Amino acid sequence: MNPVLAFDCEKAAEEICQGIRHAMVSAIGRRGLVLGISGGIDSSVCAALAVRALGKDKVIGLLMPEQDSAPESGDLGELLAQHLGVRYETQSLSVALESLGCYQWRDDAIRELVPDYVDGNGSGNGWRNKIVIRGGMDGQINRYELVVEDPEGKRQQIRLPVKQYLQIVAATNFKQRIRKTLEYCWADRFNYAVLGTPNRLEYDQGFFVKHGDGAADIKPIAHLYKSQVYALARHLGLPDAICSSTPTTDTYSLAQGQDEFYFALPYERMDVALYAYNASWSPSRLATEIQISEEQATWVFGDIARKRKTTRYLHAAPVLLEPVPLESASPDL
Amino acid sequence: MENIRKKVRSFLLGNYLFTEDESALDNDVSFLESGLVDSTGMMEVIFFIEETFSISVDDVEMVPENLDSVENLVAFVARKQGVAA
Repeated sequence: MNPVLAFDCEKAAEEICQGIRHAMVSAIGRRGLVLGISGGIDSSVCAALAVRALGKDKVIGLLMPEQDSAPESGDLGELLAQHLGVRYETQSLSVALESLGCYQWRDDAIRELVPDYVDGNGSGNGWRNKIVIRGGMDGQINRYELVVEDPEGKRQQIRLPVKQYLQIVAATNFKQRIRKTLEYCWADRFNYAVLGTPNRLEYDQGFFVKHGDGAADIKPIAHLYKSQVYALARHLGLPDAICSSTPTTDTYSLAQGQDEFYFALPYERMDVALYAYNASWSPSRLATEIQISEEQATWVFGDIARKRKTTRYLHAAPVLLEPVPLESASPDL
Repeated sequence: MENIRKKVRSFLLGNYLFTEDESALDNDVSFLESGLVDSTGMMEVIFFIEETFSISVDDVEMVPENLDSVENLVAFVARKQGVAA
């Protein structure tokens, strides 16, 4: 971890646990927490913190794979749940997503660009796909490209027109939204609340689906940079396979790093860039710190500013056109 | 170029500002900096100029200097079409 992000792991963990307990009592009023366990570092650390805060009998983990999930995600999720000793349930989303048209809409959009594309339906025998971001580190306006790989491993990469891009993203956003629907179902069953797992990069830069993974009653690590989440994972003694995992979106059938899809840089350097932006560093100082050109540092700062601004609505509650007071009209009531 | 400017402004005013009030949009304002459009909006703008003016925007041409204001867009489209300023 870059030294500028160094922090006291034990102090941070304790403060988060106290914060969770306080929020449960003062703001949430439920008896426990439900969270989706993806096998990734963020949900693993959140689960460990929830267990430490409330006890393992007050935390439920949900493993929610679908046909495009990497098999190792489920393995890591089970490993984590067993390590923590929490109740966990596995429920595949594939049938629900199929029924809703998630895969069909996505594949229809892909076939408009790659007519031969045939999805493998999770069999591992068909074509695979992902979306990657391009341009930001070259001073260009961000654009998205579709990557498809046929069963023989031959890849094509095509710039996505807006129509197909929007259809693919809208279809795949079903995954995050159906996961959240299930989390709230389980929360309602037990009078629990839902814990959201974004780290600071994701929260600040709007890397989440509104009413999907962006929905939650509490987000206990939203103030921690991704590097700090990794450090906390080791401090909390999580299994090495989880602590050493590479972050992926686990949303597309081809492996997709978060920096391929959304961020300008891999997380270790993106963390420092966001820290530097918040601390008003000059581009030249950032450039020296993470070994990019000063010009690229300027572009990264611009990208951070634009993403923060343009994703603000993802955080926002619905707009009301007139104030609607929700406090009790009488202090006696 | 005036015809290009008129079509570009009409598209932006109608789709992102929901008005016909010409004073709502300055020709030299950055779309991205002002928040008028986000990265998805830029994809829509690019699609619009490709379709409307029968041009193709290459990857290397997707820079703010070509696309990130009315004036930049108009000048870029005109260059692509070979229209004299």
